[in-house]
Amino acid sequence: MTRFLKLLFRNRLAGIGAVVMGLILALVILTPVLPLQDPYATDLGARFKGALQDGHILGTDHLGRDQLSRLLWGTQLSLLVGLASAFAAALIGSTIGVIAGYFGGRTDNLIMRAVDMVMAFPYILLALAIVAALGPGLLNALIAVAAVNVPFFARNIRGIVVTLAGREFVDAARLAGMGHTRIILTEIVPNVLPVIVIAMSTTIGWMILETAGLSFLGLGSQPPQADLGSMLGEARAALITHPFTSVVPGVMIFLIVMSINLLGDGVRDALDPRLKSGALSRPLPVTTVGREGPIPAATDDLLAVQDLHTQFHAGSRIFRAVGGVDLAVRPGECLGIIGESGSGKSVTALSITRLVASPPGVITGGAVRFREADMIGASYEELRQIRGDKVAYIFQDPLSTLHPLYRIGDQLAEAIRVHHKVPKDELRKRAITLLKDVRIPNAESRVDNYPHEMSGGMRQRVGIAMALANEPDVIIADEPTTALDVTVQAQILALLNDLRREKGLAIVFITHDFGVVAQLCDRVAVMYAGRIVETGPTQAILDAPAHPYAKRLIACVPELGHGRRELAAIPGLPPAVDDLPPGCAFAPRCDKASASCCEGDVPLIGTPPRAVRCLYPEENV
Amino acid sequence: MPALTVENLSKTFPRSRPLFGKAAPGVRAVRPMSFTVEQGETLGIVGESGCGKSTLARMLVGLLPPSEGEIVIDGQAPGKGDPTEFGKLIQYVFQDPNSSLNPRKTIRQVMEAPLKHLHHLPADQRDARIREIFATVSLRESFLDRYPHEFSGGQAQRIGIARALAADPRIIVLDEPVSALDVSVQAQVLNLLAGLKARLGLTYLFISHDLAVVEAVSDRVMVLYFGSVVEIGRADSIFAHPRHPYTRLLANSAPVVGRPLTAPEQKGTELPDPLNPPPGCAFAGRCPKATEICRTDIPQLRDMGEDQRAACHHPND
Repeated sequence: MTRFLKLLFRNRLAGIGAVVMGLILALVILTPVLPLQDPYATDLGARFKGALQDGHILGTDHLGRDQLSRLLWGTQLSLLVGLASAFAAALIGSTIGVIAGYFGGRTDNLIMRAVDMVMAFPYILLALAIVAALGPGLLNALIAVAAVNVPFFARNIRGIVVTLAGREFVDAARLAGMGHTRIILTEIVPNVLPVIVIAMSTTIGWMILETAGLSFLGLGSQPPQADLGSMLGEARAALITHPFTSVVPGVMIFLIVMSINLLGDGVRDALDPRLKSGALSRPLPVTTVGREGPIPAATDDLLAVQDLHTQFHAGSRIFRAVGGVDLAVRPGECLGIIGESGSGKSVTALSITRLVASPPGVITGGAVRFREADMIGASYEELRQIRGDKVAYIFQDPLSTLHPLYRIGDQLAEAIRVHHKVPKDELRKRAITLLKDVRIPNAESRVDNYPHEMSGGMRQRVGIAMALANEPDVIIADEPTTALDVTVQAQILALLNDLRREKGLAIVFITHDFGVVAQLCDRVAVMYAGRIVETGPTQAILDAPAHPYAKRLIACVPELGHGRRELAAIPGLPPAVDDLPPGCAFAPRCDKASASCCEGDVPLIGTPPRAVRCLYPEENV
Repeated sequence: MPALTVENLSKTFPRSRPLFGKAAPGVRAVRPMSFTVEQGETLGIVGESGCGKSTLARMLVGLLPPSEGEIVIDGQAPGKGDPTEFGKLIQYVFQDPNSSLNPRKTIRQVMEAPLKHLHHLPADQRDARIREIFATVSLRESFLDRYPHEFSGGQAQRIGIARALAADPRIIVLDEPVSALDVSVQAQVLNLLAGLKARLGLTYLFISHDLAVVEAVSDRVMVLYFGSVVEIGRADSIFAHPRHPYTRLLANSAPVVGRPLTAPEQKGTELPDPLNPPPGCAFAGRCPKATEICRTDIPQLRDMGEDQRAACHHPND
């Protein structure tokens, strides 16, 4: 709750709204005990008095009634009616939405078409029609305003419930023997409640305005009872001669609606989990750099990552995602980076061309050198020249990396056009050649397909074609086959292998699968908790892993052809990178660990090309 | 008596009727299939995306009413598509442990649901039973009053398994139970499942796309392709000696340490179109051995050697 208030008041306008609304509410609650004059006492001798005349703080209206008294009583009534209709609309609308969304199919169709019909009427007309049918009166105005707003809630909530009803926990509840009513009440409703509150907070202002509108037309509160709309309506006749009488209720309506809307926006922002996690702060085009310490000297590798440190700063917590990584690749070489989730392998890959989202990401040390030039210190313009041209990426999910609304040929052409001036018909030819290179059948007709018209394997081939578009020197592939079926994975891996042999590409291949590494990579680096724990030629590491983590990780992967068996598990979980133990990060899970493992930093040592970060390695390297 | 008998089970999803004319024939997600699973057995089910393995699993636990066919569990035939009748006999462990737990419920509320609604246990017995189950899957009791987002994938999957056990079922359908987990945690969960099975005499249906995992945990393996069973046989021999060319393709595609990288299938082939299924064998378009008969006649499952059945006109030797 305090966290919610803190988030709410971070938005200054919402704070102002809350204060104004609070003042109005306090006044309205105190109205019955305040020493006010009788709001219904007419005095035709004292009509249209200005402010502060004859003891009337806000003057009098056309019948000489005290404006302040009428205003406060009227505000109370207007707020009550507005709130009541908002609650009624939210309750009825959400119930309709939940039922339609949960049961789906024909129920959904019937309900939602009925809702559509209601929405087809201009809503003020509909409200007028309802009041005309029921007769004027405040209660009928309330019903009309609520009815008009029911479709808004029904449609919003239905959309949310449709997704929720397909979630696995609803299936699990059904298997636990729960009936539909119970599932709706205990599984669905608690999850849509925040959405209902958000929807209400943003519509309450409108509902007060709509009620005032109906009263203004004489269809809401009936004389002599005052609400804000009817006060305005009665003052309208004297708008030119005595404008002050209209200004008083007008300003109050303005204040109420304005403060509620500001507050509602604030509540929405504070409750919405996406906004809470910082979705509103747009990441910079390059990762922020705050390097401390010396910058490592250049080497003659094609691409070299040197003592790279990347951190995420979230509030007061610092996540050391990458804590000093050294890697290098030569042309035609394939380097595998293997590790579990959270080991920092993807962050390392993204740091190479500074693609880590900033904020919260910061590169705090080291260098990345492409042909000796440091990319960590490079300008955005220099990086843009390299990204996608010299160093290209292939990501895990081709469906989310391809734009759904453009033909794949156009997307390939764009990737080329960004870096090279090529005439239009030439671009198309290049796109077709690229599709042929990645062995897409009927490339001439496929070039005009949209991403959704292709299978997962075909889309990933397009992803690879796009990475190849500018004949890069290095390709960084981040789990490119994890989302694919095994038969497709085998094709994609074979394709990548052929391409690097034909074109002399260097590949950095990130995966969690030892089988894939064994088949594709020349060298491999095993990562744990943001650091490399072992590196060397693939075969040597697979045959005789030196680091206890590498050894046990290889042992827990089942291999095809070994029959039914017990698997060797590693007890415990990887450490959180915002709270790393001193010394070896694997020590708490390691059966060989001794006190010395937890004392100082363990260096990565060995005779090249092999190295291991362990005081008691399984093998001497 | 077998733990599970499936007779001619199939599922056809109807397509919506156009404004004019007749409705197109529906999409056959699962074609009529029959198989049995013995008490205490683990049947592995493998196949690629779109082969109908999830549809089959949802029918088996009663979340989806079958179009045709019968499901008999432990000699009883629960009502069609009624999860409460199924729940006491068969339970389900979901692929994504986090989305299978309601984010707004404590673990205790999650665990209590099957005890309350399936077994109608009074509160004190529920508490004792939950503690017993938590001890079985080695989870700390302090977890009970926490919310799902506080757990790692491995812990959440243990909770998912504990919830399935709470219903005291005879059979558990495990739908890719470890594919969302890291390899080091995957082995923990697989070993836990093996231990539970031995201790509680459970029967498993283990669905996965990872052949090595399926081989490591299963007694028998069933291979699905395009909604049909193409091969079923003993886990220790089916991938070593596949009869159906598709099983062989799967086995050859799995990345194995020490095997050189060659694409077993270079053609850019795609799955057959479910809206316009081929008249003969669904695999004929990708099969190197396909002949005329494969394109016209659908092959039936038949015995091929010891404990192995395959649906192929030209099986491998």
